[in-house]
This record gives sequence, structure tokens and C-alpha cells, in this order.
Amino acid sequence: MSTVKLTVNGKAVSAEVEDRTLLVHLLREHLNLTGTHVGCDTSQCGACTVHIDGRAVKSCTVLAGQAAGSSVTTIEGIAKGDELHPMQAAFRDNHGLQCGYCTPGMIMASIDIVHRHGGNLDEATVRHELEGNICRCTGYHNIVKSVLDAAGRMKVAQAAE
Amino acid sequence: MGVEGIGASVVRKEDKRFITGKGRYVDDVKLVGMTHAHFVRSPHAHAKVKGIDSAAALKMPGVIAVLTGSELVADKIGNLICGWAITSKDGSPMKMGAWPAMAPETVRFVGQAVAVVIAETKNQARDAAEAVVVDYEELPVVADIKAAIAPGAVQLHPEAPGNIIYDWHIGDQAAADAAFKSAANVVSLDVVNNRLVPNAMEPRAAVADYDTAEEHYTLYTTSQNPHVARLVLSAFYNIAPEHKLRVIAPDVGGGFGSKIYIYPEEMVALWASKKVGRPVKWTGDRSEAFLTDAHGRDHVTHAEMAFDKDNRITGLRVKTHANLGAYMSLFSSSVPTYLYATLLSGQYNIPAIYAEVITVYTNTTPVDAYRGAGRPEASYLLERMLETAARQLKVDPAELRRKNFITQFPHQTPVIMAYDVGDFGASLDSAMKAIDYAGFPARKAKAKSEGKLRGIGLSCYIEACGIAPSKAVGSLGAGVGLWESAEVRVNPVGTIEVLTGSHSHGQGHETVFSQLIAERLGVSINQVQIVHGDTDKVQFGMGTYGSRSAAVGLTAILKAMEKVEAKAKKIAAHQLEASEGDIVIENGEFKVTGTDKSIALPMVALAAYTAHNLPDGMEPGLKETAFYDPTNFTFPAGTYICELEVDAATGKTSFVNFVAADDFGRLLNPMIVEGQVHGGLAQGIGQALLEHAVFDANGQPVTASFMDYTMPRADDLPSFKLNHTTTLCPGNPLGVKGCGEAGAIGSSAAVINAITDAIGHNKLEMPATPDRVWHAIHG
Repeated sequence: MSTVKLTVNGKAVSAEVEDRTLLVHLLREHLNLTGTHVGCDTSQCGACTVHIDGRAVKSCTVLAGQAAGSSVTTIEGIAKGDELHPMQAAFRDNHGLQCGYCTPGMIMASIDIVHRHGGNLDEATVRHELEGNICRCTGYHNIVKSVLDAAGRMKVAQAAE
Repeated sequence: MGVEGIGASVVRKEDKRFITGKGRYVDDVKLVGMTHAHFVRSPHAHAKVKGIDSAAALKMPGVIAVLTGSELVADKIGNLICGWAITSKDGSPMKMGAWPAMAPETVRFVGQAVAVVIAETKNQARDAAEAVVVDYEELPVVADIKAAIAPGAVQLHPEAPGNIIYDWHIGDQAAADAAFKSAANVVSLDVVNNRLVPNAMEPRAAVADYDTAEEHYTLYTTSQNPHVARLVLSAFYNIAPEHKLRVIAPDVGGGFGSKIYIYPEEMVALWASKKVGRPVKWTGDRSEAFLTDAHGRDHVTHAEMAFDKDNRITGLRVKTHANLGAYMSLFSSSVPTYLYATLLSGQYNIPAIYAEVITVYTNTTPVDAYRGAGRPEASYLLERMLETAARQLKVDPAELRRKNFITQFPHQTPVIMAYDVGDFGASLDSAMKAIDYAGFPARKAKAKSEGKLRGIGLSCYIEACGIAPSKAVGSLGAGVGLWESAEVRVNPVGTIEVLTGSHSHGQGHETVFSQLIAERLGVSINQVQIVHGDTDKVQFGMGTYGSRSAAVGLTAILKAMEKVEAKAKKIAAHQLEASEGDIVIENGEFKVTGTDKSIALPMVALAAYTAHNLPDGMEPGLKETAFYDPTNFTFPAGTYICELEVDAATGKTSFVNFVAADDFGRLLNPMIVEGQVHGGLAQGIGQALLEHAVFDANGQPVTASFMDYTMPRADDLPSFKLNHTTTLCPGNPLGVKGCGEAGAIGSSAAVINAITDAIGHNKLEMPATPDRVWHAIHG
């Protein structure tokens, strides 16, 4: 057992975990942040994607101990109070989700995609970048639409800041 | 139509919790004192269980119990059943082998559970499961249809000689034979419909809690139909009587059929929670999903179609072998029979049809309904047949289809179904226009000049949805009725709760069902709460599958609404001292027509509950229920056209365009309808190009992870161009047909027809991987 200290959604947290505990299990089982989901056991589906120090990471590929000292952001931590993150709003407005299970991972991965590509996103790039996240409901059509829409919204939001 | 009424693309109410991480799925449920289960599963496809040694496991940290199949049988927990009786040609009943939830004596597929470890933590249960020593004696294996029916093949179940479950037929053999005798042309085709794994993104899970004092169980589970689960667990599996068992299906992360069935794991979790006296949680991992979720499809078919000299279809003969796996899953028997062969007339006027279906046991994961369930297999067969025929007869595939379309309705097919309405020519025209069908030859020639093989493929599908009239399915062997129930409660403050037996696992019921209330009463959808997925709250329900929730579930809500409105009008008329017949409902007000007198809904509701001034003899309250049994299936239909290019050097296909023209009747929320089509198309295209559940000759699954089983990803798919044509369904007051499965039913054939058009011959099976396409081109 080890004590892991890190920042999650802006708050300092500490948890006593088995050394083999994955970050996703730390989040879900010790911190009750159940918005991050587990969809596979081979790091293929991306349902567990979170941000570690601002970069999208599949939280099933990281031991909790490896995340010690870092700043983790989950789906629960991206809205500002009642104000949704532009990516959340775009997924809702473009019907970019159905059952909602892959959605947190999709949103976290997509925010990172927009951050890395800025305004230079097109459909082919989004489709290529989303290759690490599996959705079984939407056929990706409206997810791609959501990400392209959010890229515009995030640009506007950034300009406003 | 108001801004939130029927027909509006209202943004979904349920999305807020999903996009903020506040959805509540079964694995998110934590109960005080909860223990964790991990199953010990067979590594062999067929073996005798000679002994189970739990001694070492029981000494491991946190282990509470190791429970085995023998104990389950000793406690009289019932075997899993198949709930649809099929009768063979010779009049004998189907041969159902015994399926205990954990195998006491024999395992028949890789992954079948033999024991379960209950421990304080998930990791402790997993570790201890590794330490349970099972002594297996391996038996010979039959891993596919051919091996199962070969002379001398090992017998899986003593009940089923030759591994045959049933040998069933439908249609008129003599009429079909006569059509072939007088045919001008006969086209024949062999096709394989590849086995698929549904792979809803949320793995199955169960949390079971036994209350000793009340002798009452609560089960949280990933179910598309919690009341059906309770019924089966009570009536057949002997877990508890229905009033002592509550089943809750909270947010469920996709189903596609795979979460209809009651699986061994939730039975064992319930039983174990009583054994250990504490709540038990089991959450499957993806590997367990590949091994134990019911798979889909897996047909091998030979078919022949007869044509007269004018290229009109005169007959169809079909012989299908279907693999049901090692055991008969809950509705497995109905899929290759009444959900498949009854759709073999397609959109076409076929005077004589005869189909034989032989189902077999193999040492593989059980097979049951997966999105479309039988209808994709029928559609794929017919649409490849029509394409093959067009090439053989040297006529345009669109025109051959059009010539044979059914144009008069109602139309009785030779295989039970009576199509109520449709306009197949309209959807064909719409799709051809959308893809510029006329311009294709020029595009193909241009592609050829650039070294690319371009092809176009059509698929004109029809499906039977809105299942189903209870009397009709009862006469065909169904063990349940397929009506739906609803309750509409107007609260004293005028807000509305709708309780429905339909279950949403991504379909958007909370929004669409609220839209109906908004439409009827002129209130905001935010004044409406849709309640579903809990047997303690909802009176009853048959659940969501077979594109039935709008046509059957929402019609039940409408029927309850009509009763509420009728009573509310009586109250309003009494309050306003007007005649009941003069009351109209507009924008949340009950108005006396032709006057300025009105009373708002909350005042009517309050009057109903205060009961200070109601019409003489009226009961207080404003709440009504309804059970709705449909009168017929509904028949969504449409045309999909795929245009693509094949790289002859690599065998890789690239989409140029994929268009759809669907007739779903009335569209309740076009945004949600289109989302359903997108998802269905992805699954059908996935089947055509990528997905295949493969077992080796020893019955070992070789595609049992996302590393090996190719799920469609964003860069495998195009954006889709959707169009709609509309004939309103006359069978229900909403005029809806259902949209949940069409994409998966119609798209596979369009893709394969396009590839075979591109490569210039017909010898290609799904999935058309680059390897297979390359070999199809180069031999």
C-alpha cells in the first residue's frame, strides 16, 4: 500500500492504495469520480481518458502512483459551475452522444485534440485523432460534428479571455 | 408542432448528466458492506469438470466464499431457458440442452463459469479466482456448423442428436418448386453471415442485495428490460417470487440486443448475496464480454431465385444453417426463424417462397439477437441476390429492383408478414438522386483512368419492427406477450411524471417521450419527468428492443394520456361551468372554445387532488395507466447506396459516398432519428468490412479483445448523407415505424455490392478485409 498525493480537478487529494492500482480505479473507487469509465481491458477504447497536466491520457494506462504530484482533470472538472465547457455544450447541441458511456472519454480526448491543433481542424484530422476512442452508438458522425463545432467555440472563448 | 412538440429536433434532456460525468451506471452503484465477485471460467471449449479445489483460494486475503455449480444446483436454482418454442418440420419440439448458471459437470464453451469467488475487494476476488484449481477432462470440440453436423461429431447435449436444435421450415415448397421448374432464369448464391460481438461500450454488471428480514432481493443490472428479467428470474430461475425481487436498470451504456437476456452472472450474484449475507457486485471486463455476451448472426446460406423471361421474380428457395452456440439463449430460437425467414420477401413481389432453417449447437459462445436480429441476415441475403441477379441477367440493379417492388398495400407475403404501407420506389428514387446514380458510369471511368477500382452498391431493405402483436407472436411460439404499459401522473402542482416499461440505453426516450406530453398539453418538456428502469416504480414493461419503443411504448403513453386528458377536461368543464365537449387544451390551459374562459393545468390538477369540487361521483386524483398491444408489426424500409473505391494494390476500400433514404413513418425527433441511423450504419458497415468473431478448430476465441476484434473507429467510416421519405404507419396513432435497427439491417449488402461491383466478380464474404479483397482481386 502507498499513499498517493495529487491534484484532482483543482483539489489536493490523498489516497491509500495498493501499488498496482490504476489511476482510473483511484478516481472511480477511492475518489468517487465515476464519470470516468472503463470500457475495455486493453487500453483500446478510451472511455477512461482524463487530462494529466493538461494532456489527454487513458487513465487505465497509468498507475495511480505514477500520477503522484500531477494535476489530473476529469469530466467532472471541466465545467465552470453551471457553465458547460464548450466541448460539453457542442456534444449536447450536435447529438454527439447516445448512451453516454464513451462520452466522458470522448470529450476529454477531443478537448486535447482542439488544444493541439488549434483552429486547423478538418473532418479527416478529427477522425484520425479520435482513433483511440471507441463509440458503439453514434457511428462517430455527430461526434466529429461536435468536435469541429467545439473547435470554433473554443477559439471564440479563448479570444474573449 | 411546437418548439418542443412532436417532430422537433429537441436537444436531449438526459445529456446534461452524461456530459458532466453524472450518469449513474451499474458499476457506479456502491452499497454498504458490498462484496465483489469474480468468476472462475473454463479455458476449454468442451470438457468434463472432474473436481474443483477451493482450499488455497479460501485461505487468501479477503476471501469470503468460493461457490460452485454443484451448490447452485443443490439450491435448486433453475437452468437458463430459451423462451420461444420452435417446432421442427416433423412436428417435434426444439431440443433444448440444460444450461446451469455455473457448470457442475460439463463446460461447453470457453469462458463458461464453473465457480465464483466472493471477496472484500475486486482485486482479492480476482487473485483468489486464479488460485481455484479445476480438474478438467478435455472432450472433442465442434467449433463451427460444418463440424457440428459432420457424421460422427461429438454430441454436445444428450437432448439434441446430431447437434441439431431444430430443422424448421416456412412457406410453400411445392409452389416454390413449381416456380423453379417454369423459370426462364435461375440465380443461385451462397453467403456467410459472419458472427459478430455486440460490444456495447458499458460491460455487463450486476449488484445484488438480499434483505434477510424482508426476504427481499434488489438487483441493479445492465438490462434493456428489467421487468422481463424479474419475470424470468422469478418464474424460471427460482431466485425469488416477483414481489420479493426488485430489478433496477439505471443508466445503461448501450445494449444492441446483448442486454435483453438474463445471464448466469446476475443469477449467481443474487444467489450469492443471500449465501454470504452481504451485497455482491460483479462488473464484467471486456474480455468477459467477448466470451459471454450473446453473439450475433453466424448463418451459412444457400439460396436460389427464379425469374420469368421479363425478369420478374417468380420464386425463392433458401436453406440456412444457423449456429446458436453452446446453449440456447433467451430468444435465440426466434432469430433465425420468425425474425429472419419472415422477411425473405424483402421489398419484392415474390409469389412463392420456401425456406428451411437448421440450427445447431457448437462449442462457442451462445448466439442471440443483435441489432436487427434475423432481419440483417435476410436483407443481406436478398440484396446480394438481387445484385447478383442483375449482373447475371445483364440489367441495371436499380431497375431490376424497381420492376419487382411491391406497389400495392396492404400486401400479404408468402412468409406470414402483411406489409401495411410503403413506397419503395420513393426511397429508391431519393437515394439514387442523392448519390447521382446516373453520373456513376462517368465517375467509374474517371477513377479507372486514375488506377482505382470504383463500385456502387444498392440495398433496399425492409424490416418488421414494433414487436409485436401478442396474440400473433404467441401463436408462433413466443413465451411472452409483447405489449407495453405506461402510467401518466399529473401531480397536484401540474408537473407530470410518465412511467414507462420501455427502457432507454441511449435512445433518448426521456426527451422524445416528453415531447409527446409537450405536444398534447402545450407544456414545456422540463415539466415532464420520464421514469423507467425500476420494477418497484413502473407497473410493468416488456422493455426496449426490436425498434419498439416509439411504436409500442410511446403509443401506450399516448393511450394513458388520452385517459388523463378526458378526466382533466371533465374537471375543467365542471370548474368553468361549461360543457365537457367545449373544452380544448392549448398551451397548458383548458379553454372553453369560443369564449375567453380558461383554467390552467395546475389548477385542474390541484382540483383533482383537493377534491373539494369535483363532478359528482368522480374519483379524486389525476393519474391513468394503459396497456397497449399493437395490431401489427411496423415495416420501416428504405434504400442505401454505397459508392467506394478499391485500391487493387492493397485491397483497401475507401468510401466515396454513402447515402440513405429511410421511410420510418412520422419522425418524432429528426435529430435523434438520424443519430440512430448513423449508429446502425456503423454497425452494418463494421460487419461488412471489419468485424468477425473467430474461433479456431479447438473452440478457442481468437478475436476476444479490442486488440483483435476490429471495432469500427472514427477513421474507418464516412460521414453519411441521410434522406427521408414518408408513408405514415396506419397501425398506430402516432404513425411511427421505428428507426433503431434500419442502419444495421440495410447497410452491409450495400457495401459488399459496391466492392463486388468494383472488383468485377461476386466471390467475396464479410468482413471484406483488405486481405480478402486483395485475394478476391488477385486470386
